[in-house]
Amino acid sequence: MIRVQARTEQSTLMAFASPVLAIVLTLIFGSILFSALDKDPVQALHVLLIMPLSDAYNISEMFVKMGPLLLCAVGLSLCYRANMWNIGAEGQLLAGALGGSAMALQFVDSNSVFALPLTLLAGVVSGMLWAAIPTFLKLNFNSNLILTTIMLNYIALYLLIWAVHGPLRDPQGFGFPESALFSDATLLPVLTDQGRVHLGVVFASVFALVAWLILSKTHLGFKIRVYGSDAPAALYAGFSSKAISWFVMLFAGGLAGLAGVSEVAGPIGQLTPVVSPGYGYAAIIVAYLGRLHPAGAIVASIFLAILYMGGDLAQIEMGIPIAVVGMFQGVLLFFLLACDFFIRYRLVSTRDQVA
Amino acid sequence: MKLKSLLVGLGLLAGMGTAYAEDDPFKVGFVYVGPVGDLGWSYEHDRGRKELEEYFGDKVETTYVENVPEGADAERVITQLAKAGNDLIFTTSFGFMNPTIKVAKRFPKVTFEHATGYKRAKNVGTYVLRTYEGRYVSGVAAGMLTETDTIGYIGSFPIPEVIRDIDSAFMGAKSVNPNVKMKIVWVNSWYDPGKETDAANALMDQGVDVLLQHTDSPAPLIAAEKRGARAVGQASDQSQFAPKAHIFSVRDDWAPYYISVVEAVMNGTYKPSDYWGGFQEDMLSLASINDNLPDDVRAKIDETYEKINSGEFHPFTGPITDNKGNVVVPEGHTLTDQELAQVNWYVEGITDEIPR
Repeated sequence: MIRVQARTEQSTLMAFASPVLAIVLTLIFGSILFSALDKDPVQALHVLLIMPLSDAYNISEMFVKMGPLLLCAVGLSLCYRANMWNIGAEGQLLAGALGGSAMALQFVDSNSVFALPLTLLAGVVSGMLWAAIPTFLKLNFNSNLILTTIMLNYIALYLLIWAVHGPLRDPQGFGFPESALFSDATLLPVLTDQGRVHLGVVFASVFALVAWLILSKTHLGFKIRVYGSDAPAALYAGFSSKAISWFVMLFAGGLAGLAGVSEVAGPIGQLTPVVSPGYGYAAIIVAYLGRLHPAGAIVASIFLAILYMGGDLAQIEMGIPIAVVGMFQGVLLFFLLACDFFIRYRLVSTRDQVA
Repeated sequence: MKLKSLLVGLGLLAGMGTAYAEDDPFKVGFVYVGPVGDLGWSYEHDRGRKELEEYFGDKVETTYVENVPEGADAERVITQLAKAGNDLIFTTSFGFMNPTIKVAKRFPKVTFEHATGYKRAKNVGTYVLRTYEGRYVSGVAAGMLTETDTIGYIGSFPIPEVIRDIDSAFMGAKSVNPNVKMKIVWVNSWYDPGKETDAANALMDQGVDVLLQHTDSPAPLIAAEKRGARAVGQASDQSQFAPKAHIFSVRDDWAPYYISVVEAVMNGTYKPSDYWGGFQEDMLSLASINDNLPDDVRAKIDETYEKINSGEFHPFTGPITDNKGNVVVPEGHTLTDQELAQVNWYVEGITDEIPR
């Protein structure tokens, strides 16, 4: 008989071996799946996983997708470290997009040098305000953070939809729900002369480093880590749980807001009803794949960006339906999270146990 | 620099192992906002794509990308279709307008066609359905069938196309039933079975007994079937979902347009335009008209269809007054397509306000 036994401490070997194992299992599954559909499995895997990085345009697009994922995931990693179960990055991102757009639309006919900084600031502040609501409710009324943040996601979405159908709608747009195009002074500078990679990905990388430094080098980071792993000990040591909670939530809200405003002032260039394909939710996966570490989040956000793009490319290059792509991606994520099980647990045969 | 990197990119793509025949087929790409599924907006575009392939055989090769969000992703997907060597790309949702225009600038040799938009360029045309024609016939049927003199309309978004169709349906109903009233519910979605069901039930709770919808799911028909009301199907033939309640479906048919555009681009005769297709162009049809309709209703449906189809009658012919008392279409004038694209008023008799 084989049974599951908890390890006394986390296995370092498995922490590195688990992703490798997951990828091998996924490749096997993918080969079977694509062969069953009469698609060349080698080509399919190539298109899904390697082609997104095959030329300058695709790499730049990978960064475009990575930026918002990373910004949200870095903030969420800090929240989860401190046991603040913030599921609201999506809403905070949309609030940032909305607030930033409201500011950007004041500069439609202007090329003021203040246009972009004010727009970004408005986005960050909006995201922070949106994160402040559930934090206030939790700290003062002990409301459930998971529920309030999820509900605020929908409220943010409907606020955005209302605004884009109403006050922020393009007066010259024939009544269609889109804002006017932002002026060039309001758009984030593009980093290369081809493709759309913009300053947003630089913000994301910088803040990932900042978060890493905060966590590993500062007293505040130490408090977050202690509070997250043993709250009573942190309180006994005199750490203020309120201060920690406020810090991680506002940090995460600000970054998600920055992600939102970087989308509308970046690749989209205007406020539209659809700003995010669910970056705030996908960032939860990124945070966990990155093991709640900002450096891990960088790797994981690149990985998820590749998966997103590979899905489109598989349709274009090989006519693989989106449902099959979704299945492949789901299985890959499942294996990745499932293999992590072996970091904390191991399988032992019961006979060994008796002996 | 740009051209060079593009060539490098194309070279890499070609080296991917996709072997093309000597005689390259004409490549056509499609971008869908939803999954293809079994019915509705994107499904109908895909039906058009399949008919296009059937019509041209080996001469045309098509590719599609489904479920493309209308945010930053659209531009990448359209670019990748252009990079993959497509000669003509159809982008089939309003939210793809600005991304299409942006990509078209970078790929001047590729032709782009955008459904339902208003921006055009040297290599970008637009196309749209005269859905108001089907809507007028739906209104006529609804006006005759309602016993409570109250018909319901499930709206998606308050954009000109939807406002125009509400007006058209109401004018149709009013033409056969002077006492008719219309109640409108907005669901702010093109496809949301849950919300559409709620909207349908809320309307029926208020005495509505015929439902019209500007959304894609069969949910309102199913709700109507359960409560003994009637409803008109949208975009696809939805008769199977409500054998008793179904009046008819106004079915979209994009194939005639897709075939004509492909032909024009292949022959070099293509010019971007703002194309409107309806009954006459075989791009709209009344599918599965229910056998259980009373004879007079059936006759009136056929008569109205024929009048619109022959061009004898246009629903937006003056005099038309809006519900605030302004004359919006003077006597003797018929709205031009350009004017139709900007309708933002409810006709007289609709006791509601357009959400702003």
